[in-house]
Amino acid sequence: MREKKIYVLAILGTILMVATMYDILVAMPDEAQQGPIGKMLLVHVPAAFAAFTFYGVAVWNSIKFLVKKDFHADSLAVSNIEVAQVFTLINLVTGSLWGHIIWGIWWTWDFRLTSQFMCFMLYLGYLLMRPAVSDATQRATMSAILAILAVADIPLVFFAIRLRDARMQHPSPVLETGKMDPSWWPPFLLMWVVYLLIGGALIMLRLRQETVRREMDSLRRELHAM
Amino acid sequence: MKRDLLAALFIARKDLRTEFRTKEALNAAVSFALVVLVLFSFAFDLERSELYDISGGLLWIIFLFAGSLIVNRSFTREVPNDCLDVLVASPVPAWALFLGKSISSFTLLMVVELISLPFYGLFNNIIWMKTFWPHFGLMLLTTWGITVTGVAFSAVTVNVRLRELMLPVLHYPLLIPLLIGAMEMSTALLRGDAVDNGPNLRLVAVFDAIFTALSLYLIEFILVT
Repeated sequence: MREKKIYVLAILGTILMVATMYDILVAMPDEAQQGPIGKMLLVHVPAAFAAFTFYGVAVWNSIKFLVKKDFHADSLAVSNIEVAQVFTLINLVTGSLWGHIIWGIWWTWDFRLTSQFMCFMLYLGYLLMRPAVSDATQRATMSAILAILAVADIPLVFFAIRLRDARMQHPSPVLETGKMDPSWWPPFLLMWVVYLLIGGALIMLRLRQETVRREMDSLRRELHAM
Repeated sequence: MKRDLLAALFIARKDLRTEFRTKEALNAAVSFALVVLVLFSFAFDLERSELYDISGGLLWIIFLFAGSLIVNRSFTREVPNDCLDVLVASPVPAWALFLGKSISSFTLLMVVELISLPFYGLFNNIIWMKTFWPHFGLMLLTTWGITVTGVAFSAVTVNVRLRELMLPVLHYPLLIPLLIGAMEMSTALLRGDAVDNGPNLRLVAVFDAIFTALSLYLIEFILVT
């Protein structure tokens, strides 16, 4: 049943992605001031939104694990964080490509870029730590704690850099200034849905792997006890 | 509550007494701070005014590296002879145990910082005495932030393979906002800039408050597991 769901999500996501990418790359006119690279926004920002959605689900499940000691919540948390990391990377790479063409530099320590990069680093630590803990309960507890500490830190990174240099370097047509043309909203939202569908399929795939691994661990423990 | 706080102080006193008997972490941290100081002197061949521009950053990187050696030991010192299990099983609540460990690590790191600061001024020709007291206040606040998060991560990584490697990987990214605030303020103080340090001070204080509260709450889950 779960396998079917994975296929449905992946196929739906792929079809929608091809259609949306065709719309973005071929059908839509270029951005008036930036030219074709301006359309990067439609790939770059939804990736960040998708990443935050998955991080949010992961942190919620981390809290759930600490409260209920439900290992399914831990599996959901790690699956979501892994997929969120992929979307964060897409966001960082596409942003960097855009920056290279528009700003003439690959990177700047602006508050958005830095907080996104730190988010990536903090959860990379989370993923690096997991294999280093052998006991399943301990691994899940430590991971949940790390996920919570990391999420508390990210707004502080954002405000720290903003405090250091209040000049806005990163454009914000979507959330703050609202300059994005209304005709860009449908492909923007569709791209977000595409990421959620593909991300959802990947999460379900990882969830299955985690469940199998947990079962194998418990069988191994039983075998040792015999 | 009062009894638990007394227990926390008792644990801090135990840790400090153990450390001052052997001085293992203290000697290593001070030596390490000096080595980093010397390396920085060669790495940056700067004019005096330029050196003041990066003075805050240099100072806090030295303190941070030395601090890693101190906080790394806070829980691992209890691993031999299963002392950690005994401490967890004792009638002291987990938060009091954590608070005691944080107080002892904080004291040790402050000692390392106070020993390293004159050498930092001496090797880099930076005058630090003029603004010592406001800087001391900043050191207290920032060191508490480094310590409280470091001790929490030390507890998290106590049973982790490659814990010496994992601790900085987990700890340093978390400290970025705290260090940004501290570095900005230290540079302004050492340069003698007449700037408003209020926002940076608030940032450091908010970081301390959030992570002290979170660590005190979450430590129960870490230690009981």
